[in-house]
Amino acid sequence: MKKITFALNYRKPKLDYNPTDQIEICIRFSHLDKKTNAHKIKNISCGVKCMLKDWNNDWHKNPERLPVLKTDPDYSKKNKKLFDIRKKILINQFKKSDDLEKNIRSSKLDPKIPKGPMNQKWTNHKNSINLVNPANKRNIDVIVVGTGLAGGSASASLAELGYNVKAFCYQDSPRRAHSIAAQGGINAAKNYQNDGDSIYRLFYDTVKGGDYRSREANVYRLAEVSGNIIDQCVAQGVPFAREYGGLLDNRSFGGVLVSRTFYAKGQTGQQLLLGAYSAMNRQIAKGKIQMYNRHEMLDLVVIDGKARGIIARNLETGEIQKHSAHAVVIASGGYGNVFYLSTNAMGSNVTASWKIHKKGAFFANPCFTQIHPTCIPRSGDHQSKLTLMSESLRNDGRIWVPKNIDDVEKIRSGKLKPTEIKEQDRDYYLERRYPAFGNLVPRDVASRAAKERIDAGFGVNNTGEAVYLDYSTAIKRYGKEKALLLGIKDPSENEIVKLGEEIVETKYGNLFQMYEKIVDENPYKTPMMIYPAVHYTMGGVWVDYNLMTTIPGCYCIGEANFSDHGANRLGASALMQGLADGYFVLPYTIGEYLSNEIRTGPISVESVEFDESKSLVEKKLQNILEVQGKKPADYFHIKLGKIMWEYVGMSRNEKGLKTAIKEIKKLRDLFWQEIFVPGNMYSMNKELEKAARVLDFLELGELFAIDALDRNESCGGHYREESVEKDGPQKGEAKRDDVNYSYVSAWEYNGDPSKAVLHKEKLEFTEVELKQRSYK
Amino acid sequence: MDLTLKVWRQKNRNEKGKMETYQVNDISTDSSFLEMLDILNNDLLEEGQEPIAFDHDCREGICGMCSLYINGKAHGPDSRITTCQLHMRKFKDGETIYVEPWRAKAFPIIKDLVVDRSAFDRIQQAGGYISVNTSGNTQDANLTPIPKDDADKSFDAATCIGCAACVATCKNSSAMLFVSAKVSQLSLLPQGRVEAKERVLNMVKQMDKEGFGNCSNTGACEVECPKGISLENIAILNREFLKGSITNN
Repeated sequence: MKKITFALNYRKPKLDYNPTDQIEICIRFSHLDKKTNAHKIKNISCGVKCMLKDWNNDWHKNPERLPVLKTDPDYSKKNKKLFDIRKKILINQFKKSDDLEKNIRSSKLDPKIPKGPMNQKWTNHKNSINLVNPANKRNIDVIVVGTGLAGGSASASLAELGYNVKAFCYQDSPRRAHSIAAQGGINAAKNYQNDGDSIYRLFYDTVKGGDYRSREANVYRLAEVSGNIIDQCVAQGVPFAREYGGLLDNRSFGGVLVSRTFYAKGQTGQQLLLGAYSAMNRQIAKGKIQMYNRHEMLDLVVIDGKARGIIARNLETGEIQKHSAHAVVIASGGYGNVFYLSTNAMGSNVTASWKIHKKGAFFANPCFTQIHPTCIPRSGDHQSKLTLMSESLRNDGRIWVPKNIDDVEKIRSGKLKPTEIKEQDRDYYLERRYPAFGNLVPRDVASRAAKERIDAGFGVNNTGEAVYLDYSTAIKRYGKEKALLLGIKDPSENEIVKLGEEIVETKYGNLFQMYEKIVDENPYKTPMMIYPAVHYTMGGVWVDYNLMTTIPGCYCIGEANFSDHGANRLGASALMQGLADGYFVLPYTIGEYLSNEIRTGPISVESVEFDESKSLVEKKLQNILEVQGKKPADYFHIKLGKIMWEYVGMSRNEKGLKTAIKEIKKLRDLFWQEIFVPGNMYSMNKELEKAARVLDFLELGELFAIDALDRNESCGGHYREESVEKDGPQKGEAKRDDVNYSYVSAWEYNGDPSKAVLHKEKLEFTEVELKQRSYK
Repeated sequence: MDLTLKVWRQKNRNEKGKMETYQVNDISTDSSFLEMLDILNNDLLEEGQEPIAFDHDCREGICGMCSLYINGKAHGPDSRITTCQLHMRKFKDGETIYVEPWRAKAFPIIKDLVVDRSAFDRIQQAGGYISVNTSGNTQDANLTPIPKDDADKSFDAATCIGCAACVATCKNSSAMLFVSAKVSQLSLLPQGRVEAKERVLNMVKQMDKEGFGNCSNTGACEVECPKGISLENIAILNREFLKGSITNN
């Protein structure tokens, strides 16, 4: 099917009509006749008439896109009917013909991986991409939603290239995006340490760390551009940590055998984000970026199958605005807050990703979520968010719980202190289960092991949800080393501890201080309590090699897309991916699409599609306000979080997932009966913002569970109790199933999360051999 | 613990605001200050009232969004933390707590405790950057060694989170600490020296235009800064400004 348009059904020669004659309007489209194998034009009458003088045959060329002109008193009704029928035909055609469906399915999920050897794909692709000449770039608008590492760097780079950028963020400044909270560092295959690092090794580690569920070509490109990121950031004035010789310092992270992580103390994310923010500021000052702070995207506008703009709400005035562009880039981050408690910011949400999903973008691998093993545990029901303790702490800390359940009881009731438990009565369960990697097993393995002990009743705080991270061994070891260096003979225990504490402070001081402020205990003297928490979502909007979603002209970058981390992300790779997408990938690949847009001209917001989207957004918010129930948005969010954590959290099974699907549906129904939002939508209304976001989480949560149910294998962060090793040395460990599940699940929205249609992108591995991950 | 709260309520930019009194009961000493406000807000909602609007996001002291003036101190009674890291154990049972928004001419109140800090963004836009385009061919990151001391000092200045506690605390509502943090960060690095003169002149000009007051060296900003940005940066700013003002291009 090619194009669907409207036409007047003339029964006699056109010139024989008077301008005031009523003529029937029909919908016209071409279809493939199976017998003759030729395209035929088909007209369908749609029961709407208008006067000849009110008819606009060139409606599609006009920015307002009105087939029936405003001179007709019923023009809006008639146009709406025309477009409704047109939409129906599109959907029906899609459903009826199996051939067509298959065709669309496979063509829609074309990952567009360039041909050629892996290490030449990106270079060749860049050379073959169509370019847009600088004069034309000035006439092209791009909307970027989100100003974190991905959105901020993309906005700045696109503006530098000459495009007109409109950037949106819900916070009061682009500098507040949650990338700012990343602590540890950013990976790059610079091999400054001469420890054998290379692009291939970074690529290999990332594919393996992701448990072989990522797309090889995307990951290779990520590794290729990683070095450029560091060069770029240094040129921008990002103050990375340096050695005394003045050169950049590196440290090592989990899951790898080289030192390739660049860092700026415990604030690497902040420094990189402020770098991107400063690049944005330069373009804002030049007028190349129009910045919309305190604005939230509430819908994507699609015209003739292409993304043409967004509907946004000004969060200060409540005004619902229409913004048009030639392409829309979604960089709105992950959806970890579907669990309510996570290390995400309070405002982090899935709304932008979910809205484009509803408009036709497939959502990939929603069940791939990273649960970080070392976070500060919940202290009670008032808890609103969880704070991460950097992975680097596991380099020196030892994780344990008491061996005897009696000791656990005594600790919980305050009769016993952890420091009083003897060495032989402690269970260093990671060292016991994984002697080869010990406390440095990857995040998913460490989290599950903690859960196993806690489920067995060995949790050590008053909620029963914590294990110890102990620094006493490290303090003594460092203390002894230091004493030797200082030439102290036979140092006393106290001297050793004092010296050791000083060393630990220089390494982890800011993290220890953070812990002390929150928990009110001195982590130098007593072991820290930690517990796993939701941290990052590897799943997200499906994109092809060009980072374009299944909606032409709509792109998705950073944590919001799915492509690079498979089923588990390695430490210090999120910052790398965000900046790679924004600085070095999207600015090139978007040219391929925009080079076809140079003749489009400015896109008007005065069209049926914009008006329809806007009124739907207004209606939705109005509906939420009109429920006038009794429960605040938090009530539903907390409940959803509990369902997700219990049934779709660290360990999942068929029965639990089915329960979750049912419960989430029920909760969504309850939302529409019980939600209470005060005030109106045309003023600052933080409760309304919250409620609308929770509603999207309530839909995503269901798809999340459906995806987890479909994937009956254990891989990375996704652990199905049905899929474990039954015997052999790996007994009890997660079992991946490459024969049946070596694919990306891409879900197409179909009216309701429960009706989502599954499309599969088969994953081909040509460079890396698939192996079982073993840490024993 | 049970507490009495006196909170600034203001409908929008134009209307006059006033302090309102609220009672909260059964607050855990382990909850954070903002979690206590969450509880109050949900209580208000259950009674059908409008909750108190306040800015917050990361709740781990790094985004700089939270901004409350608590009992006459920016970010409340504890030191070296933001409001979101403040815990209720710092208060006494039965205490009356005063909660106000940042007060400064350059930060108009939007609603209740939410203020407009876009003046800070505009100062950064005036020059808080190094003019380098995105390019896969900038020089190698290790081509120019930078003394560790300079890099560390630059980093310390760069940890500013832009929360504006310095302005709220200053009796003159001066933004000198904020501006100096960026000027220091970039002027301490060789790559930032190239534009050092224009940067400092433009940023200071914008700062004055936004209506921030002057610095009279009381040092309150440094005391209240959750990130401990040093006053030394203001000295660097003054030196750079003087140098920029009296030298030719």
